[in-house]
Amino acid sequence: MTDAERETVRAFISRHVHDLKVGDDEDLFATGYVNSLFAVQLVMWIERTFDVPLEGTDLDFANIRSVSAIGAFVDRKREALAGGGGWTST
Amino acid sequence: MKRIGVVGAGTMGTGVAQLFASGGHEVVLVDVVASALDRAREEIARGVRLMPLLRPAEPRRDPGEVTGRIRFTTDLEELRAADCVVENVTEKWEVKRPLYADLDRICPPGAVLGVNTSAMPITRIASLTGRPADVVGAHFMNPAPLKPTVEVIRGFHTSDGTVERFRALLAGVGKGCVVVGDSPGFVTNRVMMLTVNEAMFLLREGVASAGDVDRLFKECFGHAMGPLETADLIGLDTVLYSLEVLYDDLNESKYRPCPLLRTMVDAGLLGRKSGRGFHSYEEVR
Repeated sequence: MTDAERETVRAFISRHVHDLKVGDDEDLFATGYVNSLFAVQLVMWIERTFDVPLEGTDLDFANIRSVSAIGAFVDRKREALAGGGGWTST
Repeated sequence: MKRIGVVGAGTMGTGVAQLFASGGHEVVLVDVVASALDRAREEIARGVRLMPLLRPAEPRRDPGEVTGRIRFTTDLEELRAADCVVENVTEKWEVKRPLYADLDRICPPGAVLGVNTSAMPITRIASLTGRPADVVGAHFMNPAPLKPTVEVIRGFHTSDGTVERFRALLAGVGKGCVVVGDSPGFVTNRVMMLTVNEAMFLLREGVASAGDVDRLFKECFGHAMGPLETADLIGLDTVLYSLEVLYDDLNESKYRPCPLLRTMVDAGLLGRKSGRGFHSYEEVR
Protein backbone atom coordinates (compact mmCIF):
# COMPACT_ATOMS: atom_id res chain seq x y z
CA MET A 1 0.00 0.00 0.00
CA THR A 2 1.39 3.41 -0.92
CA ASP A 3 1.86 6.19 1.60
CA ALA A 4 -0.95 8.12 -0.06
CA GLU A 5 -3.30 5.15 0.28
CA ARG A 6 -2.34 4.72 3.89
CA GLU A 7 -3.16 8.37 4.47
CA THR A 8 -6.56 7.78 2.83
CA VAL A 9 -7.22 5.00 5.36
CA ARG A 10 -6.13 7.22 8.27
CA ALA A 11 -8.36 10.05 7.05
CA PHE A 12 -11.38 7.76 6.61
CA ILE A 13 -11.06 6.31 10.09
CA SER A 14 -10.33 9.69 11.64
CA ARG A 15 -13.59 11.11 10.27
CA HIS A 16 -15.46 8.37 12.07
CA VAL A 17 -13.81 8.75 15.46
CA HIS A 18 -14.60 12.42 15.97
CA ASP A 19 -11.39 13.51 14.24
CA LEU A 20 -9.20 11.94 16.91
CA LYS A 21 -5.71 10.98 15.81
CA VAL A 22 -5.45 7.22 15.68
CA GLY A 23 -2.02 5.60 15.71
CA ASP A 24 -1.25 3.19 12.87
CA ASP A 25 -1.06 0.23 15.23
CA GLU A 26 -3.83 1.27 17.56
CA ASP A 27 -6.61 -1.32 17.87
CA LEU A 28 -9.75 0.46 16.67
CA PHE A 29 -12.15 -1.99 18.23
CA ALA A 30 -10.41 -2.46 21.58
CA THR A 31 -10.37 1.29 22.17
CA GLY A 32 -14.16 1.45 21.79
CA TYR A 33 -13.83 4.20 19.19
CA VAL A 34 -16.00 2.29 16.76
CA ASN A 35 -18.69 -0.39 16.85
CA SER A 36 -19.66 -3.37 14.76
CA LEU A 37 -21.69 -1.25 12.34
CA PHE A 38 -18.53 0.64 11.53
CA ALA A 39 -16.73 -2.66 10.89
CA VAL A 40 -19.27 -3.43 8.16
CA GLN A 41 -18.88 0.04 6.67
CA LEU A 42 -15.12 -0.23 6.82
CA VAL A 43 -15.11 -3.53 4.95
CA MET A 44 -17.36 -2.11 2.24
CA TRP A 45 -15.21 1.00 1.98
CA ILE A 46 -11.99 -1.04 1.69
CA GLU A 47 -13.53 -3.15 -1.08
CA ARG A 48 -14.64 -0.10 -3.01
CA THR A 49 -11.61 2.10 -2.44
CA PHE A 50 -8.90 -0.49 -3.10
CA ASP A 51 -10.88 -2.73 -5.42
CA VAL A 52 -10.22 -5.88 -3.40
CA PRO A 53 -13.24 -8.14 -2.87
CA LEU A 54 -13.43 -9.65 0.62
CA GLU A 55 -14.79 -13.12 1.05
CA GLY A 56 -14.53 -16.22 3.19
CA THR A 57 -11.69 -16.01 5.67
CA ASP A 58 -10.92 -12.40 4.67
CA LEU A 59 -13.88 -11.38 6.78
CA ASP A 60 -11.98 -11.33 10.03
CA PHE A 61 -11.53 -8.48 12.48
CA ALA A 62 -7.78 -9.17 12.45
CA ASN A 63 -7.63 -7.79 8.91
CA ILE A 64 -9.25 -4.47 9.75
CA ARG A 65 -8.18 -4.00 13.35
CA SER A 66 -5.79 -1.10 12.71
CA VAL A 67 -4.46 1.14 9.95
CA SER A 68 -1.39 -1.11 9.68
CA ALA A 69 -3.49 -4.27 9.57
CA ILE A 70 -5.61 -2.84 6.76
CA GLY A 71 -2.47 -1.86 4.81
CA ALA A 72 -0.94 -5.31 5.18
CA PHE A 73 -4.20 -7.00 4.31
CA VAL A 74 -4.72 -4.96 1.13
CA ASP A 75 -1.14 -5.75 0.07
CA ARG A 76 -1.72 -9.48 0.61
CA LYS A 77 -4.97 -9.40 -1.33
CA ARG A 78 -3.36 -7.55 -4.23
CA GLU A 79 -0.53 -10.05 -4.40
CA ALA A 80 -2.98 -12.93 -4.38
CA LEU A 81 -5.14 -11.32 -7.06
CA ALA A 82 -2.13 -10.56 -9.27
CA GLY A 83 -0.50 -13.93 -8.75
CA GLY A 84 -2.02 -17.38 -8.66
CA GLY A 85 -5.40 -18.62 -9.64
CA GLY A 86 -5.80 -16.71 -12.88
CA TRP A 87 -5.51 -17.82 -16.48
CA THR A 88 -4.77 -16.06 -19.71
CA SER A 89 -6.15 -16.79 -23.12
CA THR A 90 -3.73 -17.20 -25.98
CA MET B 1 -43.98 -22.21 12.39
CA LYS B 2 -42.40 -22.68 9.02
CA ARG B 3 -43.63 -19.90 6.74
CA ILE B 4 -43.04 -16.34 7.84
CA GLY B 5 -44.53 -13.28 6.18
CA VAL B 6 -42.71 -9.98 6.49
CA VAL B 7 -44.54 -6.82 5.44
CA GLY B 8 -42.50 -3.71 4.62
CA ALA B 9 -39.03 -3.90 3.04
CA GLY B 10 -37.53 -0.90 4.80
CA THR B 11 -34.61 -1.15 7.20
CA MET B 12 -36.48 -3.21 9.80
CA GLY B 13 -38.40 -5.49 7.45
CA THR B 14 -35.22 -6.27 5.53
CA GLY B 15 -33.41 -7.20 8.72
CA VAL B 16 -36.31 -9.32 9.98
CA ALA B 17 -36.52 -11.16 6.63
CA GLN B 18 -32.76 -11.83 6.78
CA LEU B 19 -33.08 -13.14 10.33
CA PHE B 20 -35.83 -15.66 9.58
CA ALA B 21 -34.45 -16.77 6.19
CA SER B 22 -31.02 -17.30 7.76
CA GLY B 23 -32.74 -19.41 10.41
CA GLY B 24 -34.11 -21.73 7.73
CA HIS B 25 -37.67 -20.39 7.42
CA GLU B 26 -39.47 -19.80 4.17
CA VAL B 27 -40.09 -16.07 4.02
CA VAL B 28 -42.47 -13.96 1.94
CA LEU B 29 -41.30 -10.33 1.95
CA VAL B 30 -43.98 -7.92 0.75
CA ASP B 31 -43.68 -4.24 -0.11
CA VAL B 32 -45.80 -1.94 -2.28
CA VAL B 33 -42.64 -0.61 -3.96
CA ALA B 34 -40.77 -3.05 -6.22
CA SER B 35 -37.50 -1.09 -5.98
CA ALA B 36 -37.58 -1.48 -2.19
CA LEU B 37 -37.65 -5.24 -2.70
CA ASP B 38 -34.64 -5.09 -5.04
CA ARG B 39 -32.74 -3.07 -2.45
CA ALA B 40 -33.78 -5.51 0.28
CA ARG B 41 -32.45 -8.47 -1.73
CA GLU B 42 -29.08 -6.75 -2.12
CA GLU B 43 -28.92 -5.75 1.53
CA ILE B 44 -29.79 -9.23 2.74
CA ALA B 45 -27.13 -10.80 0.49
CA ARG B 46 -24.58 -8.30 1.80
CA GLY B 47 -25.68 -8.80 5.39
CA VAL B 48 -25.32 -12.58 5.13
CA ARG B 49 -21.92 -12.28 3.45
CA LEU B 50 -20.57 -9.98 6.17
CA MET B 51 -22.07 -11.93 9.08
CA PRO B 52 -18.87 -13.97 9.72
CA LEU B 53 -17.15 -10.69 10.58
CA LEU B 54 -19.71 -9.86 13.24
CA ARG B 55 -20.61 -13.34 14.50
CA PRO B 56 -17.56 -15.53 13.86
CA ALA B 57 -18.95 -18.39 15.94
CA GLU B 58 -22.07 -18.80 13.83
CA PRO B 59 -22.04 -21.11 10.83
CA ARG B 60 -21.27 -19.40 7.54
CA ARG B 61 -24.23 -19.16 5.22
CA ASP B 62 -24.38 -18.76 1.49
CA PRO B 63 -26.02 -15.40 0.57
CA GLY B 64 -27.71 -16.91 -2.48
CA GLU B 65 -29.14 -19.75 -0.44
CA VAL B 66 -30.60 -17.34 2.14
CA THR B 67 -32.13 -14.97 -0.45
CA GLY B 68 -33.38 -18.07 -2.28
CA ARG B 69 -35.60 -18.84 0.72
CA ILE B 70 -37.25 -15.43 0.41
CA ARG B 71 -40.05 -14.70 -2.01
CA PHE B 72 -39.94 -10.98 -2.83
CA THR B 73 -43.36 -9.76 -3.90
CA THR B 74 -45.68 -6.76 -4.12
CA ASP B 75 -48.73 -9.01 -3.75
CA LEU B 76 -50.07 -9.11 -0.18
CA GLU B 77 -52.26 -12.10 -1.11
CA GLU B 78 -49.14 -14.28 -1.00
CA LEU B 79 -49.38 -14.19 2.78
CA ARG B 80 -52.35 -16.54 2.71
CA ALA B 81 -50.20 -19.51 3.79
CA ALA B 82 -48.13 -17.71 6.42
CA ASP B 83 -47.94 -19.15 9.94
CA CYS B 84 -46.75 -15.81 11.30
CA VAL B 85 -46.58 -12.32 9.83
CA VAL B 86 -44.31 -9.56 11.12
CA GLU B 87 -45.50 -6.15 9.96
CA ASN B 88 -42.88 -3.39 9.63
CA VAL B 89 -44.52 -0.55 7.70
CA THR B 90 -44.24 3.18 8.38
CA GLU B 91 -45.22 4.34 11.86
CA LYS B 92 -48.37 6.08 10.70
CA TRP B 93 -51.89 5.08 11.67
CA GLU B 94 -53.24 5.86 8.20
CA VAL B 95 -50.72 3.39 6.72
CA LYS B 96 -51.20 0.65 9.31
CA ARG B 97 -55.02 0.81 9.47
CA PRO B 98 -55.93 -0.39 5.96
CA LEU B 99 -53.09 -2.89 6.00
CA TYR B 100 -54.44 -4.70 9.08
CA ALA B 101 -57.89 -4.99 7.47
CA ASP B 102 -56.16 -6.74 4.56
CA LEU B 103 -54.00 -8.94 6.81
CA ASP B 104 -57.11 -9.96 8.74
CA ARG B 105 -58.79 -11.04 5.50
CA ILE B 106 -55.75 -12.75 3.92
CA CYS B 107 -53.89 -14.52 6.74
CA PRO B 108 -55.03 -18.00 7.73
CA PRO B 109 -56.91 -18.43 11.03
CA GLY B 110 -54.52 -18.86 13.93
CA ALA B 111 -51.59 -17.10 12.25
CA VAL B 112 -49.65 -14.94 14.68
CA LEU B 113 -49.69 -11.27 13.69
CA GLY B 114 -46.56 -9.55 14.99
CA VAL B 115 -46.56 -5.75 15.07
CA ASN B 116 -43.09 -4.26 14.73
CA THR B 117 -43.67 -0.71 15.88
CA SER B 118 -41.62 1.78 17.85
CA ALA B 119 -44.52 3.33 19.69
CA MET B 120 -48.07 2.40 18.64
CA PRO B 121 -50.16 0.59 21.25
CA ILE B 122 -50.63 -3.05 20.31
CA THR B 123 -54.17 -3.16 21.67
CA ARG B 124 -55.21 -0.42 19.26
CA ILE B 125 -53.62 -2.19 16.27
CA ALA B 126 -55.26 -5.47 17.34
CA SER B 127 -58.65 -3.73 17.32
CA LEU B 128 -58.28 -3.37 13.55
CA THR B 129 -58.62 -7.14 13.23
CA GLY B 130 -61.25 -9.67 14.14
CA ARG B 131 -58.62 -11.72 15.96
CA PRO B 132 -57.03 -9.54 18.66
CA ALA B 133 -55.90 -12.62 20.62
CA ASP B 134 -53.48 -13.45 17.79
CA VAL B 135 -51.84 -10.02 17.68
CA VAL B 136 -48.60 -9.44 19.59
CA GLY B 137 -46.06 -6.61 19.68
CA ALA B 138 -42.72 -7.56 18.11
CA HIS B 139 -40.39 -4.66 18.72
CA PHE B 140 -37.18 -5.68 16.96
CA MET B 141 -34.12 -3.49 17.38
CA ASN B 142 -31.88 -2.44 14.50
CA PRO B 143 -29.94 -4.29 13.11
CA ALA B 144 -32.47 -7.07 13.62
CA PRO B 145 -30.18 -10.00 12.73
CA LEU B 146 -27.57 -8.88 15.29
CA LYS B 147 -29.51 -7.83 18.37
CA PRO B 148 -29.94 -10.69 20.85
CA THR B 149 -33.28 -9.69 22.34
CA VAL B 150 -36.71 -8.55 21.15
CA GLU B 151 -39.17 -6.49 23.19
CA VAL B 152 -42.40 -8.48 22.97
CA ILE B 153 -45.61 -6.67 23.91
CA ARG B 154 -48.76 -8.30 25.19
CA GLY B 155 -51.83 -6.38 24.06
CA PHE B 156 -55.04 -6.35 26.12
CA HIS B 157 -56.44 -9.38 24.28
CA THR B 158 -53.18 -11.14 23.31
CA SER B 159 -53.48 -14.81 24.35
CA ASP B 160 -50.84 -16.72 26.30
CA GLY B 161 -50.68 -19.12 23.37
CA THR B 162 -49.79 -16.32 20.96
CA VAL B 163 -47.04 -15.03 23.25
CA GLU B 164 -45.64 -18.55 23.67
CA ARG B 165 -45.72 -19.33 19.95
CA PHE B 166 -43.95 -16.11 19.14
CA ARG B 167 -41.40 -16.67 21.89
CA ALA B 168 -40.67 -20.14 20.51
CA LEU B 169 -40.32 -18.76 16.99
CA LEU B 170 -37.77 -16.21 18.20
CA ALA B 171 -35.90 -18.80 20.25
CA GLY B 172 -35.61 -20.94 17.12
CA VAL B 173 -33.63 -18.19 15.40
CA GLY B 174 -31.48 -17.51 18.43
CA LYS B 175 -33.36 -14.56 19.90
CA GLY B 176 -34.43 -14.05 23.46
CA CYS B 177 -37.31 -11.81 24.41
CA VAL B 178 -38.59 -9.69 27.25
CA VAL B 179 -42.40 -9.63 27.48
CA VAL B 180 -43.89 -6.35 28.65
CA GLY B 181 -47.35 -4.84 28.98
CA ASP B 182 -48.90 -2.49 26.45
CA SER B 183 -48.22 1.24 26.51
CA PRO B 184 -47.37 3.76 23.81
CA GLY B 185 -43.61 3.34 23.28
CA PHE B 186 -43.57 0.27 25.57
CA VAL B 187 -40.57 0.26 27.90
CA THR B 188 -37.69 0.93 25.51
CA ASN B 189 -39.05 3.87 23.60
CA ARG B 190 -40.86 5.56 26.49
CA VAL B 191 -37.32 6.15 27.77
CA MET B 192 -35.23 6.21 24.59
CA MET B 193 -37.33 8.76 22.71
CA LEU B 194 -37.17 11.18 25.65
CA THR B 195 -33.40 10.80 25.68
CA VAL B 196 -32.83 11.35 21.97
CA ASN B 197 -35.30 14.25 21.94
CA GLU B 198 -33.51 15.97 24.84
CA ALA B 199 -30.16 15.43 23.12
CA MET B 200 -31.57 17.27 20.11
CA PHE B 201 -32.68 20.18 22.30
CA LEU B 202 -29.13 20.36 23.74
CA LEU B 203 -27.73 20.49 20.23
CA ARG B 204 -30.27 23.13 19.19
CA GLU B 205 -29.44 25.28 22.21
CA GLY B 206 -25.75 25.13 21.35
CA VAL B 207 -24.80 23.41 24.61
CA ALA B 208 -22.70 20.81 22.81
CA SER B 209 -21.97 19.57 19.30
CA ALA B 210 -23.55 16.33 18.03
CA GLY B 211 -20.15 14.61 18.18
CA ASP B 212 -19.59 15.70 21.77
CA VAL B 213 -23.07 14.69 22.95
CA ASP B 214 -22.52 11.19 21.57
CA ARG B 215 -18.96 10.99 22.83
CA LEU B 216 -20.08 11.67 26.41
CA PHE B 217 -22.52 8.78 26.35
CA LYS B 218 -19.96 6.42 24.83
CA GLU B 219 -16.89 7.38 26.78
CA CYS B 220 -18.48 8.26 30.13
CA PHE B 221 -21.37 5.81 30.24
CA GLY B 222 -19.87 3.06 28.09
CA HIS B 223 -22.83 3.02 25.71
CA ALA B 224 -22.12 1.51 22.29
CA MET B 225 -23.68 4.54 20.64
CA GLY B 226 -24.64 8.06 21.67
CA PRO B 227 -28.28 9.26 21.52
CA LEU B 228 -27.88 11.22 18.29
CA GLU B 229 -26.13 8.31 16.57
CA THR B 230 -28.99 6.15 17.82
CA ALA B 231 -31.52 8.55 16.33
CA ASP B 232 -29.62 8.40 13.02
CA LEU B 233 -29.72 4.61 13.15
CA ILE B 234 -33.45 4.46 13.96
CA GLY B 235 -34.23 7.00 11.22
CA LEU B 236 -35.23 10.56 12.11
CA ASP B 237 -38.65 10.17 10.46
CA THR B 238 -39.35 7.15 12.67
CA VAL B 239 -38.16 9.08 15.74
CA LEU B 240 -40.50 11.96 14.87
CA TYR B 241 -43.50 9.69 14.29
CA SER B 242 -42.78 7.86 17.55
CA LEU B 243 -42.58 11.10 19.53
CA GLU B 244 -45.84 12.25 17.96
CA VAL B 245 -47.55 9.02 19.05
CA LEU B 246 -46.16 9.39 22.58
CA TYR B 247 -47.12 13.07 22.74
CA ASP B 248 -50.67 12.45 21.52
CA ASP B 249 -51.34 9.26 23.44
CA LEU B 250 -49.87 10.13 26.81
CA ASN B 251 -50.80 13.82 26.69
CA GLU B 252 -47.42 14.61 28.17
CA SER B 253 -45.65 17.77 27.04
CA LYS B 254 -42.29 16.16 27.76
CA TYR B 255 -42.67 14.24 24.49
CA ARG B 256 -42.95 17.42 22.37
CA PRO B 257 -40.73 16.74 19.33
CA CYS B 258 -37.71 19.06 19.12
CA PRO B 259 -38.30 21.56 16.27
CA LEU B 260 -34.83 20.74 14.94
CA LEU B 261 -36.00 17.15 14.38
CA ARG B 262 -38.98 18.31 12.35
CA THR B 263 -36.79 20.58 10.23
CA MET B 264 -34.32 17.79 9.55
CA VAL B 265 -37.09 15.38 8.52
CA ASP B 266 -38.59 18.04 6.23
CA ALA B 267 -35.12 18.55 4.73
CA GLY B 268 -34.76 14.84 4.01
CA LEU B 269 -31.96 14.35 6.53
CA LEU B 270 -33.22 11.04 7.89
CA GLY B 271 -30.00 9.58 9.31
CA ARG B 272 -28.07 6.56 8.10
CA LYS B 273 -30.64 5.44 5.57
CA SER B 274 -30.50 8.77 3.69
CA GLY B 275 -26.74 9.24 4.19
CA ARG B 276 -27.06 12.23 6.50
CA GLY B 277 -28.60 13.03 9.86
CA PHE B 278 -26.80 14.37 12.90
CA HIS B 279 -23.73 12.74 11.40
CA SER B 280 -22.76 12.05 7.79
CA TYR B 281 -22.74 8.53 6.35
CA GLU B 282 -22.54 9.45 2.69
CA GLU B 283 -19.10 8.04 2.01
CA VAL B 284 -19.82 4.69 3.64
CA ARG B 285 -23.05 3.90 1.85
